[in-house]
Amino acid sequence: MKNNKLIEEKKVKAEMFSESDILEKKVSRKEFIKLGAIGTILATAGSRVFSLHADEKQQLSSQNSVRWGMAIDPKKCKEGCTDCITSCHEAHNVPDHHDKKNEVKWIWKENQQTLFPEKVSPYKKNENNLPYITLCNHCDTPSCVRVCPTQATWKRSEDGIVMMDYHRCIGCRFCMAACPYGSRSFNYKNPRSGLDKINSSYPTRTIGVVEKCNFCAERIADNKEPLCVINCKEKAIVFGNLNDPESEIRQLLEKYPSERRKVELGTGPAVFYLS
Amino acid sequence: MITLYNKKLTLIFLSVFLLVFTMPFWKNMIKGSELPNPVLQTTEKECVESREYMRSNHMKLLHEWRDDVVRKNNREYTNSKGITFKKSLTGTCLGCHQNKQQFCDSCHEAATVRLYCFDCHNDPQIAEKSSNEGFHEKQ
Repeated sequence: MKNNKLIEEKKVKAEMFSESDILEKKVSRKEFIKLGAIGTILATAGSRVFSLHADEKQQLSSQNSVRWGMAIDPKKCKEGCTDCITSCHEAHNVPDHHDKKNEVKWIWKENQQTLFPEKVSPYKKNENNLPYITLCNHCDTPSCVRVCPTQATWKRSEDGIVMMDYHRCIGCRFCMAACPYGSRSFNYKNPRSGLDKINSSYPTRTIGVVEKCNFCAERIADNKEPLCVINCKEKAIVFGNLNDPESEIRQLLEKYPSERRKVELGTGPAVFYLS
Repeated sequence: MITLYNKKLTLIFLSVFLLVFTMPFWKNMIKGSELPNPVLQTTEKECVESREYMRSNHMKLLHEWRDDVVRKNNREYTNSKGITFKKSLTGTCLGCHQNKQQFCDSCHEAATVRLYCFDCHNDPQIAEKSSNEGFHEKQ
C-alpha cells in the first residue's frame, strides 16, 4: 500500500517536472539569442524612423517662423562705454543695489577670458583684453526652459525668444542653476529699493523672481529693434532674423568668422561674436 | 434659578463679552455702512466694456489680459463694440482712471481684497516718470 502510494507520488512529481522541462526547453538558447538580436535591430531602426534629430526638428519648426539672433562685434565696442547696459536697465527698471551679491543684470560687460576660456591663452596681456558684451543667448534648446517646474519660462515658437512670466515664477532658481552662461539674476531684495527712477511704461518685478533679458519682446511686438541695438553709437550689435538668408545678420555671419559661448554644451545659442 | 458662584462679576463680564461679540451688528445699525464710492476720473467717455460688465468681470478680464500678453503675445483687445484697445493695466486702465487711490483702492480696501498687481505694475502717479531723459524712445 505504502509502496504504491510512494510510486504514485513519484509519478506525479515526474510528470510535473517533465512539464516544466518542456516549458523551459520551448525556447532554446540559440533561439533566445536570435530573438534578442532581431528585437534590438527592430528597436533601433524604429526609433530612428520615428524620432527626429535635433537639427531636423529645428529646420521643420523654422520653415515658417522667425528666429531672432544677435551678432556682436567686440572690436567696435569702446572702452568705458555702457550705453547698451544703461539704456536696457533704465527702460526695463532693472535695479542696481550697488552690491555684487544682489546684482541684477540683463546685459553686462565681461572680459574675453571669462567668456571664451579655451580660446584665450593664459599668457595674453590684459591690456588688450577687449570688453565683451554678453546677455541671454536665447538658445535653441535652452536648459532653463527644460528645468523650470512651473513653465514660467518657455521658448516662443513663433520667434525663438526665451520668455519669462514673472507672474508664474516661484523663485526656485533652478533655471539659474541650469543656465551655463550666468544670464539670469534673482531678486534677493525688493527691486524698487534699488531703483532711483522708475520708467512708468514698463513694470518692475517683485522680490523673489528670476529675471533676464527678453530681447525687448515688447518692442519687437511693435516691429522695433531692442534698445541695446539702437543705442549703441558704434553699431556693434546687429539684430535680425537668422532664418532669413537676406537679413543683415546672416550676411555678416556668412562673411566673417564668428563664435558662440560654450557651443560644446549643445544649447545652440543665438548670440554670435564676430572674430 | 442659576446658581452662580460670583454672580455680580460674572454678569458684568458676560454682558461686556456679549457687547463686544455683537459689535459688528449694533455698530453698523447705529451708523449704517457706507457703500464704497469709487471716483472714476476718466479722460475718455467709454470704458473698454460697459459698467455692469466691468463691475462683475474686471478681475477676470485682467487675468485674461495678463495671460494673453505675456504667454500668447496677443496684445490687442477688441471689445464688444468692435473698438480695439491695447492690453495694459498701467497704460490702458490707469491711463484713464488715473487716481488709483480713489478708484481701485476705495472698493478694494472696503472689501479687504489685497491688490498685488501694483507690486510690479506701476501706479502712474507714484512712479516718477522718466519722460524726456534716458535712452529709451518715446515713440
